[in-house]
Amino acid sequence: MNAERAVAASTHIIEARNVSKYFPIRQGLLSRVVGHVKAVDGVSLAIGRGETFGLVGESGCGKSTLGRVLLQLQSATAGEVLFDGTSLQERSASQIRDLRQHMQIIFQDPMGSLNPRFLVRDIIGEPLRIHRKLRARELDERVASLMELVGLDASRRNRYPHEFSGGQRQRIGIARAIALTPSFIVADEAVSALDVSVQSQIVNLLAMLQQQLGIAYLFIAHGLNVVRHLSDRVGVMYLGKLVEVSPTDELYRQPLHPYTVALLSAVPRPNPSDKRQRIVLQGDVPSPANPPTGCRFHPRCPYAQTRCRQEEPLLRTVNSGGHQVACHYHL
Amino acid sequence: MAEKLLEVRSLTTGFAAGQGLVKAAEGVTISIDRGQTICLVGESGSGKSVTSLSIMRLVEFAGGMISEGSIRLGGEELTTKSQKEMSRIRGNKMAMIFQEPMSALNPVFSVGEQIAESIRLHQRTNAAEARRRAVDMLRLVGIPDPHIRAKQYPHELSGGMCQRVVIAIALACSPDLLIADEPTTALDVTVQAQILDLLRSLQRDLGMSILLITHDMGVAAQMADRIAVMYAGVIVEDGPAQDLFEHPAHPYTMGLLRSVPSMDGEREESLYTIPGTVPSLHQLPQGCRFHPRCQSAMARCAVESPPLEGVGPDHKTACWLYDNSAGSKEVLSK
Repeated sequence: MNAERAVAASTHIIEARNVSKYFPIRQGLLSRVVGHVKAVDGVSLAIGRGETFGLVGESGCGKSTLGRVLLQLQSATAGEVLFDGTSLQERSASQIRDLRQHMQIIFQDPMGSLNPRFLVRDIIGEPLRIHRKLRARELDERVASLMELVGLDASRRNRYPHEFSGGQRQRIGIARAIALTPSFIVADEAVSALDVSVQSQIVNLLAMLQQQLGIAYLFIAHGLNVVRHLSDRVGVMYLGKLVEVSPTDELYRQPLHPYTVALLSAVPRPNPSDKRQRIVLQGDVPSPANPPTGCRFHPRCPYAQTRCRQEEPLLRTVNSGGHQVACHYHL
Repeated sequence: MAEKLLEVRSLTTGFAAGQGLVKAAEGVTISIDRGQTICLVGESGSGKSVTSLSIMRLVEFAGGMISEGSIRLGGEELTTKSQKEMSRIRGNKMAMIFQEPMSALNPVFSVGEQIAESIRLHQRTNAAEARRRAVDMLRLVGIPDPHIRAKQYPHELSGGMCQRVVIAIALACSPDLLIADEPTTALDVTVQAQILDLLRSLQRDLGMSILLITHDMGVAAQMADRIAVMYAGVIVEDGPAQDLFEHPAHPYTMGLLRSVPSMDGEREESLYTIPGTVPSLHQLPQGCRFHPRCQSAMARCAVESPPLEGVGPDHKTACWLYDNSAGSKEVLSK
């Protein structure tokens, strides 16, 4: 048993075990806690070395919060996060800071995540200065080679972020994230704000870096086609829960959860003759402060039965390919 | 032959910058039939929003200036109208909805009051009648319990609901033309599907024309009768949706279509990319604006800018590849 666990641990770079993150809702003069927003509620997942795990779902489903909890940018309310087989919960703040070298994040808005008063050289060099204590010349060389690697002109390193285009700024953010050759990166809507022609360039860059450096990605996005292109496996979140996890091709070919089916069918296909019958979900996502009983999707599910209103379905594996779904009556 | 509702000819809109005028849209020509949906697609900075704001004559409030061209709505020339005359046309004959529904609504008035305001501004009705019609409009755009919702404020509604309210305001005086500038970009795909369905069914019932601005080729494919593709301020291709997707003519359109990862079929090893970036309007390349990024650029492309000409029935493109007059077609080596 122990030996088995050791082997399993070494193949997963990051693992979440039953992780929850609740945000308190405070009200009134005394700021009394009147409830909790259950942003992430009992999620377990494991990402292998060099794997890309795509995470999709509507806004407010908890996908960004999950990414932040994995990186310990926010602490979990319950559950455990393991990096490279060891729990992060028992680590001290300084130990976590050391571990940060190995896990990084790329944000959606490159302008909002780059300090406008820093030169690009200093933005990319900052993690190296903090963790590697390089000498000036070594630092300069390393920054230059990182810029070349992400497709930026290294001679522009003494410029400010506003002098770069949106796509180039995202490349700066990527260069900073890979500066310490991390083994895990959370890409939180990293290509969502970009135009199609720039988006495809950045997507290819992320794939190339993964091949060269063996990085594992948690690729959070709402662009379902980009997720399909990049991911080895995809997880679908709804109201703080993972409702389906599957190898990418299988998920897009044969989704099992009614929510996944609706989500995929809602994507407009770039083909005018493909006017497929779409399943248009009625209503809005309920509030995560007061999620429905039983299956959280039941009020919007076209197939809901009595059992769905009462009993919460667990995420269980349905085939040997590792396809998991949380639905009593999956398709 | 369908009746033309909107005819835009050689529209050029510029913004004062330094000594000169930066032309954000140049020589734009499009027309829309009654009951038709036209999509204007392109990347940021391509001039699609400026074109739509020019049609509404709202661009002047954003510091822009229509320097050339004509805009005719139902035969009436708009470029020579005063803003006072325009304010009667806006809302009555054409209306516009924007990307951020939350910021288009006033947070301190209930949504019912905001719809009623738009009705009373344009039509002679009393307050009670306007309120009653506001509730009807909320029902029309598919909001459940419209009586209750009419009394609520924007922050009490979800993003998708707010966009429905904005659509209700725009349609309150049954305009002939609805301009929708990225109406679903800020929404989730499932909500986007609801709003697109709503726009389609409203168009069927009310017979209005829609000018839909989007950067999403998927949305364009599902909504458009015709598509016009813009790049760096000019229209590079214009044709019936089906034909444009099946036989894209302009290298930029082809590149744009190929850059979108597909939802089915085999996954490609890497995505197709158009090299380079969109040029700044301050430093537009000579000749064809796309030539520095074009795989098929010829010597001529760097010198002369190509006119928008027919390549098929009702299908036009601005590209020298389809010009059969003299000149070498040898591709420039890059």
